[in-house]
Amino acid sequence: MSANGANSLRATLALADGTIFVGEAFGAEGKVAGEVVFNTSMSGYQEILTDPSYEGQLVTMTYPEIGNVGVNAEDVESFKPYVQGFIVKEYWDSPSNWRSQMSLGAYMREHGLVGIQGIDTRALVRRIRDNGAQQAVLATGDVDTDALVAEAAARPSLEGGDLASVVTTQESYRWSSGLWRLGEGFATPTTDGPLVVAFDFGIKLNILRNLADMGCRVVVAPSGTSAADVRTLAPDGLFLSNGPGDPDAVEGAIPVVAELAKEFPTFGICLGHQILALALGAKTYKMKFGHHGANQPVIDVDTGVVEITSQNHGFAVDAETLPEKVRVTRLNLNDQTVEGLEHTEAPVFSVQYHPEASPGPHDANPLFKKFFNLMKTRATGGGENAVAQRSVSGFRAEQG
Amino acid sequence: MPKREDIKTIMIVGAGPIVIGQACEFDYSGTQACKALKEEGYRVVLVNSNPATIMTDPGFADRTYIEPMTVDAAAAIIEAERPDALLPTMGGQTGLNLAIDLHECGVLEKFGVELIGANIDSIKKAEDRDLFKAAMGNIGLDLPRSGYVGTVEEGRKVVEEIGLPVMIRPSRTLGGSGAGVAKTKEEFEQTMSWALELSPVTEALVEESIEGWKEFELEVMRDRKDNVVIVCSIENLDALGVHTGDSITIAPAQTLTDKEYQIMRDATLAIMREIGVDTGGSNVQFAVHPETGRLVVIEMNPRVSRSSALASKATGFPIAKIAAKLAVGYTLDEIPNDITSETPASFEPTIDYVVTKIPRFTFEKFKEAEDKLTSQMRSVGEVMSIGRTFKESLQKALRSLEIGTAGFEPRRDEDLEPKLVTPNSERLWYVAEAFRRGYSVEKLYALTMIDPWFLENIRQIIAFEKELESSGLLAAIDDATLRRAKAWGFSDKRLSQLLGCDEDDVRARRAAGGIRPVYKTVDTCAAEFEAHTPYLYSTYEDECEANPTDRKKIMILGGGPNRIGQGIEFDYCCVHACFALQEAGYESIMVNCNPETVSTDYDTADRLYFEPLTLEDVLEIVRTERPTGVIVQFGGQTPLKLAKALEAEGVPIIGTPPDAIDRAEDRERFRHVLEKLELKQPPSATAMVVEEAERIAARIGLPVLVRPSYVLGGRAMEIVHHMDHLRDYMERAMASSSEHPVLIDKFLDHAIEVDVDAICDGERVVIGAIMEHIEMAGVHSGDSACSLPPWSLSDEIQDEIRRQTRALALELGVLGLMNVQYAVSDNEVFVIEVNPRASRTVPFVSKAIGVQLAKIAARVMAGESLEQLGYTEEVIPKFISVKEAVFPFIKFPGVDTLLGPEMKSTGEVMGIDTSFGLAFAKAETAAGNPLPASGTVFISVRDADRQELDKIARRFAAAGMDLLGTVGTAEYIRGLGIACDTINKVRDGSPHCVDAIRAGRVAAVINTVGSPESVHESFSIRRAALECGIPYFTTAAAAEAASEGVELLDGSAPGVNALQDLHARNA
Repeated sequence: MSANGANSLRATLALADGTIFVGEAFGAEGKVAGEVVFNTSMSGYQEILTDPSYEGQLVTMTYPEIGNVGVNAEDVESFKPYVQGFIVKEYWDSPSNWRSQMSLGAYMREHGLVGIQGIDTRALVRRIRDNGAQQAVLATGDVDTDALVAEAAARPSLEGGDLASVVTTQESYRWSSGLWRLGEGFATPTTDGPLVVAFDFGIKLNILRNLADMGCRVVVAPSGTSAADVRTLAPDGLFLSNGPGDPDAVEGAIPVVAELAKEFPTFGICLGHQILALALGAKTYKMKFGHHGANQPVIDVDTGVVEITSQNHGFAVDAETLPEKVRVTRLNLNDQTVEGLEHTEAPVFSVQYHPEASPGPHDANPLFKKFFNLMKTRATGGGENAVAQRSVSGFRAEQG
Repeated sequence: MPKREDIKTIMIVGAGPIVIGQACEFDYSGTQACKALKEEGYRVVLVNSNPATIMTDPGFADRTYIEPMTVDAAAAIIEAERPDALLPTMGGQTGLNLAIDLHECGVLEKFGVELIGANIDSIKKAEDRDLFKAAMGNIGLDLPRSGYVGTVEEGRKVVEEIGLPVMIRPSRTLGGSGAGVAKTKEEFEQTMSWALELSPVTEALVEESIEGWKEFELEVMRDRKDNVVIVCSIENLDALGVHTGDSITIAPAQTLTDKEYQIMRDATLAIMREIGVDTGGSNVQFAVHPETGRLVVIEMNPRVSRSSALASKATGFPIAKIAAKLAVGYTLDEIPNDITSETPASFEPTIDYVVTKIPRFTFEKFKEAEDKLTSQMRSVGEVMSIGRTFKESLQKALRSLEIGTAGFEPRRDEDLEPKLVTPNSERLWYVAEAFRRGYSVEKLYALTMIDPWFLENIRQIIAFEKELESSGLLAAIDDATLRRAKAWGFSDKRLSQLLGCDEDDVRARRAAGGIRPVYKTVDTCAAEFEAHTPYLYSTYEDECEANPTDRKKIMILGGGPNRIGQGIEFDYCCVHACFALQEAGYESIMVNCNPETVSTDYDTADRLYFEPLTLEDVLEIVRTERPTGVIVQFGGQTPLKLAKALEAEGVPIIGTPPDAIDRAEDRERFRHVLEKLELKQPPSATAMVVEEAERIAARIGLPVLVRPSYVLGGRAMEIVHHMDHLRDYMERAMASSSEHPVLIDKFLDHAIEVDVDAICDGERVVIGAIMEHIEMAGVHSGDSACSLPPWSLSDEIQDEIRRQTRALALELGVLGLMNVQYAVSDNEVFVIEVNPRASRTVPFVSKAIGVQLAKIAARVMAGESLEQLGYTEEVIPKFISVKEAVFPFIKFPGVDTLLGPEMKSTGEVMGIDTSFGLAFAKAETAAGNPLPASGTVFISVRDADRQELDKIARRFAAAGMDLLGTVGTAEYIRGLGIACDTINKVRDGSPHCVDAIRAGRVAAVINTVGSPESVHESFSIRRAALECGIPYFTTAAAAEAASEGVELLDGSAPGVNALQDLHARNA
């Protein structure tokens, strides 16, 4: 029986190492598989569900009460949810928040997301922490647990997987909606500033909102866009987005970025940061269980100032492999991993974490301004007018 | 960057006595600060008037001053110790105010003392209403819209702008009294004119009412590099309108989306920067409109607060300790997180459980006060509990309260709505009852403004109760259902009530089904990193993280929530026991549920279980840890009352055996002990009915002391001088409980009461101290001032008391601490009661004699002898220590200040000097009742006290003070040849004595009363003195002591002494 007196359909989570968790289903019925990771944010589950970087993953929330504030049409980070399976301690079916439009469970059913609740999520998290992220299968109803374990064990690791190409946009589009503000909703800024071409490896909308809010003209380009196509747009700056999977495996991106970063001010976030590092000649590696949360301390090695950052990555840049003229600007204070890079001679920089937050603290937000200031708006417009406009309205994407 | 090397000596100001609004959370913060700064090699000078605190143990600071928290005393300490810096943010509002006063009178500048951790400008900006409003305007944050007005017409204009409802606050009334909400135009007209009338300056603030809005708090820290972290968010279950200290609060916030939470976080960062808190912790409170999300700032505290203690315990992030380190120049990234050890403090804790705090009230102690919660704080303590879900956390918190509740017991009132609409201490149970009777969440939300999320949780708990009840029998409940009930936080006891069986049956049923709790770790990081500090809480899940060691270990049961009668003194004892056992090589395990305490600091005991102190919860921990011994003597009544049941379950209780405790507590058995030892006690008997009581009273003679059996802290105890009063009492007692007899003791009028603390190892008894009460018998020992050593008892009487104490300890077989209360009447010693446990006076005695009694007792309990421990001789200090009680009367309008057999004090202070008079004077000053140096003393005493007037009046007159008395008293004084003016009693009409007090023409009030009529008549005198902040004395003995103090002071300020120097003198 569920916490909310709803149905008591069983749900089973089977890990590749044979560990089984049996709980209650919520959201959609069915079977999903992916790498199981945990996120330590205490708020923002809706943003997490819609973050394309979670493609191929099942997400465990460490905070136990999930669903409290329901779901609304504004707190989305993409055009649909990407998390395949959602693992929580207690799912809450009666939301209470003035902006709530539907329950989390209803939203998950609508989008085919399978959920499990009522399991010892802390035990699961400790297992992931000690043994590393691993593949898992989550299924509702009566299941053969041995078969689920076998299925999980047979799944390939995310290492070598090009997931960016799966989640990226099929067509280029323009973006002009600004940041959300209490009582005002999303801003509609005048966008006559520098033209940014944003590579979509799984981009979060709040990145686009931040760029537009500063007045940037933004064109979002598919992951596989060629350098020539980018040049046609005549941008003032290049943005490399976050995204899922192994940076080394993203089809075609590394050489394109290597070329373009020589020509345009460039800013990369998360997967974009890793791709930039690879393009500049460094190497990346898969971490044990990565960083997924909104409380990661990052120090600016130049000023000593600490930012509390939102993070979501399972790969990192190896500091030992950095080429000349590329330096580390930020370090994670928890484990000393590389959190930021900068080219010493070119206007090219990147961070491993998420200055767009959403969810998470806004400490790192000034990085967008830094990028803005590196770009010089050209007198003549770029080639963006040929590209269709896109936005989010209600729970759906709109194209116009 | 490294710590500052330019400062060597740092002064820390404590918070003074425990009062409502400032409890032992400041002992926790101050102790952490002392430890943190000493660890860094600084010389720490501490001032705090509260002897019950752990921080005032001479080991925690280099120089410890138990002196009044006044500018004079602090200035004298600064002059003597020459600190380089002063850390004012650890001692609550008291500490902060003292620092501001020291700054304003130029003391800090004169001695070159730098304020660290806060600066005057930022304190002012945060605390001054107008400056704060301007500061918030600078950063674009809203406050409730408001305007000051001087006429009703001006008020109407403000209302036109901001709309109704409005809160109207008259300016400069006492304690902010007279404030009211106006919801309609009519109410506005009425409240507005009333407020202007009440205000002595005919001014009132008309403010947008935010009553019913959601309330949130953020705990925040900032370092000098401008790094800011949020330690914890807290959501109040009670909507705006109830003081946050009186609200049930939940961590983290439950009903905010990330976007809304980040707005609050951004605002908090901006406020820290704008107010200019350079280093340290602060607390910011917000109100959120439940339907629009509009956010307004309520206030910010630029210091460590009650909420920071809660946030520290809720997250494992030690705010006070880190604030102290930031104050000396460290930055957050330079301070390690103790719990993970591998990560720094520059992060934001994330938690994977739900924390619930419920305040503990004592309205039953103040019958005249209405149980109604407002913006004036009234709770005296709190409990915190941790669960994996809100339901579990909430229900664990309920049973932690120790108010006889095991969960949501029914309420029988026919009409629930008054108890739902007006917040009160039991509202939560009424909400549950309303669900039981079929109310909907929507309806309850409209009545209570409690967020539907919390309401729905309670609704589900009650629905589950019904499901359990309908299944009827324990045997009919399957394992899965029982497991779910436990996971939802139901206690065995509540389940037994629902299933009509005994608590033991439920426990046995759980054992049979293998339904046992597991323990999870509070680790600041939701298990992302490994935790190295075993700070644990129970839940019903799969994986247990307790990992008990196989060391020899002793478990200490704490005291639970602070309340009147059981406060910080017991935490002091528990913490000392813990340290002593660690020193003796044991692993120490602490169990407690009070977030304000030092005992629940994760680095006090080797292992901390943050759990309710009920039989069920303690047994489960014992089962997990398998301790060598369990100590129940140090946490007051809370653990003591579990002793028998624990022993019956085979738990190894060390120290005085439970049977010996029973022999001391059971009246009949105790009578046999006294008979055997040929010791006297006042004649007594028990009565079940009125007639029986009358016969007994006739036999033993009036006056008698009457009380129901099985009460704590002198509850419902009365002194009866007349048969009518006795009959009345018996009728009331029978009406409330006809099962328990009433105890009737001969009351020894005008007897001197004596408290003795002693330690016994089974063979040897060492007297800790003999304390003579200032107030005569009849005043609860916890409310009475006392002197150590005694100020008037003869050596013979003291020796007789020593003899009796030894005999009692050996006969009972005490192992550890024992407290005996005696009454001395006509040179005869009567035993009033024996408590074979740590008493309230242990910390006071330890400070006076320089011996840590609780530490020695703990080691005795673990098997060492007093000889092995080198404590074989009573220490008779070379100076006088006076303990004085501190009362919460000002918070309870309409309550009398008279003292009686029912304890009412919340805290205590200590005055130390070379003479009794000076020590008493210091204690009174520390208690906020400073002896007057000049002016007029108003005296009105009962006939029985007139004989004392000779001394009292003469001394005041000799000190150059004028005397003023009501007719009888004044005539009597003049008859002694001392000048005294006469003033009307109130009933004789104006100008009368209360007019004189309220007009500020009286410097001190001495008022003693006898008959109930005179009590009633003179009530307004005492209340006026209290409300006008004029020192008052309601017993002849206290007045006499005060007169001695005034005589000795002679207008001068007494000197200050460090405890370390005083103790050296004892040696």
